[in-house]
Amino acid sequence: MARGMGSAAMTARADALTARRRLVVQERLIGALLFGCGLVSVLTTIGIVVVLLSQSLGFFGEVSPVEFLTGTRWSPGLSPQSFGILPLVNGTLLIGAGSSIIAIPLGLATAIYLSEYAALRTRRVVKPILEILAGIPTVVYGYFGIMFVTPILRSIFPQTQIFNAASASIVVGIMILPLVSSLSEDALSAVPRSLREAAYGLGATKFEVSTRVVVPAALSGVAASFILAVSRAIGETMAVTIAAGMQPKMSLNLLESIETMTAYIVQVSLGDTPYGSLEYRTIFAVGLMLFLITLAMNLLSQRITRRFREVYE
Amino acid sequence: MSPAPIAPRGGRFEPRIAHRQRVGRVFHGLCLGAVVFGMLSLVVLIVDVSADGLQVLSLDFLTNYASRIPDRAGIRAAILGSLWVMSLVAVIAFPLGVGAAVYLEEYAPKNRLTRLLQTNIANLAGVPSIVYGILGLAVFVRFFALGRSVLAGALTLALLILPVVIIAAQEAVRAVPGSLREASYGLGATRWQTIRHHVLPVAMPGILTGTILALSRAIGETAPLIMIGALTFIAFDPASPLDAFTVLPIQIYNWVSLPRQEFQLLAAGGIVVLLAALLLMNATAILLRNKYRNEL
Amino acid sequence: MTTPTADTALEARGLSVHYGDTAAVRDISLTIPKNRIVAFIGPSGCGKSTLLRCFNRMNDLIPAARVSGEVLFRGQNLYAERVDPVEVRRQIGMVFQKPNPFPKSIFENVAFGLRINGFKDDLAERVEQSLRAAALWDEVKDRLDDNALGLSGGQQQRLCIARALAVEPEILLMDEPASALDPMATSRIEDLIGDLKRHYTIIIVTHNMQQAARVSDQTAFLYIGELIEYSDTERMFTNPEHERTEAYITGRFG
Repeated sequence: MARGMGSAAMTARADALTARRRLVVQERLIGALLFGCGLVSVLTTIGIVVVLLSQSLGFFGEVSPVEFLTGTRWSPGLSPQSFGILPLVNGTLLIGAGSSIIAIPLGLATAIYLSEYAALRTRRVVKPILEILAGIPTVVYGYFGIMFVTPILRSIFPQTQIFNAASASIVVGIMILPLVSSLSEDALSAVPRSLREAAYGLGATKFEVSTRVVVPAALSGVAASFILAVSRAIGETMAVTIAAGMQPKMSLNLLESIETMTAYIVQVSLGDTPYGSLEYRTIFAVGLMLFLITLAMNLLSQRITRRFREVYE
Repeated sequence: MSPAPIAPRGGRFEPRIAHRQRVGRVFHGLCLGAVVFGMLSLVVLIVDVSADGLQVLSLDFLTNYASRIPDRAGIRAAILGSLWVMSLVAVIAFPLGVGAAVYLEEYAPKNRLTRLLQTNIANLAGVPSIVYGILGLAVFVRFFALGRSVLAGALTLALLILPVVIIAAQEAVRAVPGSLREASYGLGATRWQTIRHHVLPVAMPGILTGTILALSRAIGETAPLIMIGALTFIAFDPASPLDAFTVLPIQIYNWVSLPRQEFQLLAAGGIVVLLAALLLMNATAILLRNKYRNEL
Repeated sequence: MTTPTADTALEARGLSVHYGDTAAVRDISLTIPKNRIVAFIGPSGCGKSTLLRCFNRMNDLIPAARVSGEVLFRGQNLYAERVDPVEVRRQIGMVFQKPNPFPKSIFENVAFGLRINGFKDDLAERVEQSLRAAALWDEVKDRLDDNALGLSGGQQQRLCIARALAVEPEILLMDEPASALDPMATSRIEDLIGDLKRHYTIIIVTHNMQQAARVSDQTAFLYIGELIEYSDTERMFTNPEHERTEAYITGRFG
């Protein structure tokens, strides 16, 4: 009898041990699986870097990097072939600057209004509308640019071309305004109330409190939002492809058509450039340039934000 | 103890309060003007698009394929393509994103490697979408020889929105109170059991909200899909993930680029449908978010 | 105690503050004499800070707060229609519970109030005067351009005092100025307050009764928004009139 119960007990214990072991193995498997999920993002970055670098290296085997970086004529398709990227960079930076002129002051002013002046009810209405503005696809902005903004511009400045940098700048500016506004507002709201009270206590007006205490105190966060917004504008594709045109040139004239790096890449994809040809491989070289510029700006923005957080946390 | 301090006195002040208040009022007006600009932009945009687009909306428009003849053109292939792509993107990005978020929040040690991983994800969120297109082209279309298929497009877009999903899911998981986990561990549950039965259910509404918002970004993406070769003229329904396809934004882009006025109207029609889809998705996400907030 | 004379710096008449339906301050009338230190004491939530903030219209910054009654300063009601709170606040300065220097240099902190109020004389000289008056000059004179946030808690609070003194207020309102500081810093602040009395009228809110007894000339005891007792400090602490005052002072409730 006792031996019978003993062996049953032992079997039960053995079963429990196997079950426990299975659980441990299962836990480890799941942990590994989840780690794998996290790895996907690493693989993505590696993939981007490898693809851009390897194809660009092939490209730079045939085109001198110096010509690429300093040349002012971009004509990979038409002979005489010329691979100076500066016109594309010019176009990209022109849109970047033009959209910033709209988005940065208006976005910051909106942020100040929401953070310092607006009643709760106003904020509840304005903030969702800004989120909607940010969520509208870029093709729609492209359409808006060419169908609405350009005709208006042309009626004011008849010399405006159908494709022009100004329309693109305006719609991209509207597109990134919510980004500036919401990130800046976060930064402004993070400034402790006690600082405002100190300033009011000395006899400052609301305007002075906002501009001479709150904004300077939030400066890093606000600056980071600017940089991030410009980075978005630089990476923007469809709105500029539709509204700004495909004529690479070194020009600061907002009323003319230009071409950005992003629009060029789209242009090649839509065309029938043979895969593997030198002209086709310009996609990767231009893509690399674009990636590096936006990466540098994003890293800078993160660094500034980190410094800002240190002050208030 | 040093002698009692002498109070600052007798200074000349010119507070000019009226002037300063006037300046303040102007500033207030300017800031309000900026807000109005933003609101007006949205209104003008929607009115402009709708005025053109609503003219074109009809059952034929929704069920016809693209055509060189404007009267007979429709967005059927584009809608189906978008549905196909979005479904696949959701199926791919959701588990990967939630898995990565769970790993980062519950498993990963707080060391330099994890912080690097985190920074990497934040950086990926800021990479221009066209670079993802280049990646998709080289890796999915070429290397994995998927061709210009729905699958290649979905994989590309999934990678694009993955960082957004991860960040949103992380926030939702982080918001789950530690006491819940402690209670579960206290009863002898393993880490995964705790996550599966306690953490994830509580975090799920927030995760879903974030995922839907990420998907609503994907539905409007054009450039990456152009890069991987989504065609602009499709006259059939995609039947498998390996079929060629087009999506709504690309169809819109195609019509916008054509010179004839009728095609511009068709583009506007496509935009109205796209915006309606977006509205639906965002409304769902917001309703979910509010329900979640009220339950907390 | 409550009848105004030529030596009255500030007078409150029927002052009440409502947040929605709740009254934080109920119908309080008292006078603050010139060049004296008056302490407001009472348990948490009795309204002493709210009352203090009425005197420089800081409650205006809280949209939910409704103030009724009058505050008379130099014969004028501060809550009259056409009075701009901005005007009031230069002349009635405030020091807050937690030191709140601006994230600027030490010099700029003190200069801020001077700049916005259109100070016409030598700025640097006035900054030095103010820092001396706050007993901080010797410690910071060699690092005026350093960020104020690098100072210790006690130093930051003295900087905030210097900042307030720079614009020549007549009255200084101090809302538990030492409660966030360590004992050594606290005693320095208390000494400073005692010295400042010669030139300023000071109202200090404190939850520390010993501090009130040490520092003030007159004490007002508040309880649930009402003024229970207001008399000479020595008398209040040795022979209070009201039972509740005695209960509070002897520590029978906090």
